[in-house]
Amino acid sequence: MNHHHPTLNPPAAEPPSSWPMIRALAGIGILCSLLIVSTWQLTLPTITKKKNEYLEKAIYQVLPGATSKKTFKITPDGKIEQFEGEERGVQRVFAGYDDQGRLVGLAIEARGQGFQDVLKILYGFSPEKQAIIGMRVLESKETPGLGDKIEKDPDFLANFKELDVSLDENAQIRNPIVPVKHGTKANPWEIDSITGATISSKAVANILRENTLRLIPVVMKNLQAFEDGSLAGNGP
Amino acid sequence: MNTDPAHLSTNEFIKGLWRENPIFVQVLGMCPALAVTNSVINAIAMGLATTFVLIMSSMLVSSLRSFIPRQVRIASYILIIATFVTVAEYFIQAISIELHKNLGAFIALIVVNCLILGRAEAFASKNTIWPAFLDAAGMGLGFTFALICLGGVRELIGNGTLLGYMIFSENYQPWIVMILPGGGFFSLGAWLLLFNWMKSRKERLNLAAENSR
Repeated sequence: MNHHHPTLNPPAAEPPSSWPMIRALAGIGILCSLLIVSTWQLTLPTITKKKNEYLEKAIYQVLPGATSKKTFKITPDGKIEQFEGEERGVQRVFAGYDDQGRLVGLAIEARGQGFQDVLKILYGFSPEKQAIIGMRVLESKETPGLGDKIEKDPDFLANFKELDVSLDENAQIRNPIVPVKHGTKANPWEIDSITGATISSKAVANILRENTLRLIPVVMKNLQAFEDGSLAGNGP
Repeated sequence: MNTDPAHLSTNEFIKGLWRENPIFVQVLGMCPALAVTNSVINAIAMGLATTFVLIMSSMLVSSLRSFIPRQVRIASYILIIATFVTVAEYFIQAISIELHKNLGAFIALIVVNCLILGRAEAFASKNTIWPAFLDAAGMGLGFTFALICLGGVRELIGNGTLLGYMIFSENYQPWIVMILPGGGFFSLGAWLLLFNWMKSRKERLNLAAENSR
C-alpha cells in the first residue's frame, strides 16, 4: 500500500531534536564540575597552608615581642578553653608569649560588615597596657586602591600602636572605640579615619568596638588562664 | 596579501596586540579595565588572569565546536568560562593570599568580561584549536598591555608611584580622583584620543603618499 490512510496525520515537519542540546549541556556540565573539583582538590592543601602561615605571621605582627603562641577559644558562656583541631565557627584567641614564657598579649579574631563584604581582622591586645597594640586585615574585599588602604596606610595603622580599651571599676570598657575625621584624633580611644576610605575606616572601628566591648571584659576576667597557658601542653 | 600558513598564524596573534586591541580599538571588557587599573600590579594580575581564562576557554570551545548545537552555545560558553575563572581563582589563592586579597571581588567578574565571550563566539567556535589559541593569546596580551597603560597613568598621577616605587618627590600631592572610578574614565578617554589620533594621522599620511605618486 502506497497511499496514506486519510485518518492518519500527515507526517509533521521533523522538530529539532533536543538530544544534541541535552547531550552538549550535560556533557559540558560534567566536564566543568570535574575540572573545578580536581583544581579544588589540587590547590586546597596549598591554600590552607598559606592561610595558616598568613594567620601565624599576622599573630606575631600584632603582638610585637611574642616568640611562641597558644590557641584558645572562648565558649558562648564566657569560659576559656584550649582550642583543639579544626573546629569552625568558634571565637579563637591566640595567646603570645615571650622567650621567658611570659604573656605578651592576646591576638583576637574579629569580623563584621565592610564596604562590600565581610571584613575579617586580627588585633593584638596587651593586658598590661589595656590597649590594642596591633591590627591586621585577614580577609577583605574592599575596593582596591581605596578601601584596601586600611591595610597599608601608615597613618591609619599608627592608630593601633596603642589604642585605649581600658576597663572601668565595673569591669566594662570605659570608652568604646570611635572613628573620627582624619586629623582630629584627640583621645587615645579614637581612630583617625583615612580620607577617601571613610567607610572602610569606620567598618574597622565598628568591628573593633563591637568585639572589644564583648570580649575584653571576658578576657581580662580570665587572664590567669592565658598566663598559665604557657605551662600546659599544646605545643608552641 | 600574503597567504602562507605561517604568516596567517602570526597575523592571528599580532592583531589582538595592536590593530584590533580589545580595549583601545574594540572597546570591550570595560568593567575590569576601569575597575582594577588603579595600580600597575593589579592591572598585570588582572590581565594575566583574563589571558589564562581566554586561552583555556577558547581552546575548549574550539575543540567542542562541532559538539555544541547553535541553540545552546551561549549557555555552554558561559559554563566553560565560569569554570576557568573558578580554576584561576583557586590558583591565584594558592600562589599568593596577598594578591587574591588585592584583586578581591574582581576575579569572579572575569566571567562577565564580554571580550572572552566575544572571542568564543566570533573566533574560537569557527576555527581549529591552534588559530584559536593564537587569537586568544594575542587578545589576552593586548588586553594586559592596555590595562598596564591605564594602570601606569592612574598609579603615577593618583598615587605618585609606579609598581609601588616612589616616582615623584615626597611633596607631590596625589590627584586622588585618578584612582577613583572617575580617573578610570579620564585615562581611558585620554588613551582612546591618543590611539585614534595616531590612526587618523597614519591614514592621512597614507592618503598623501598615494596622491603624490
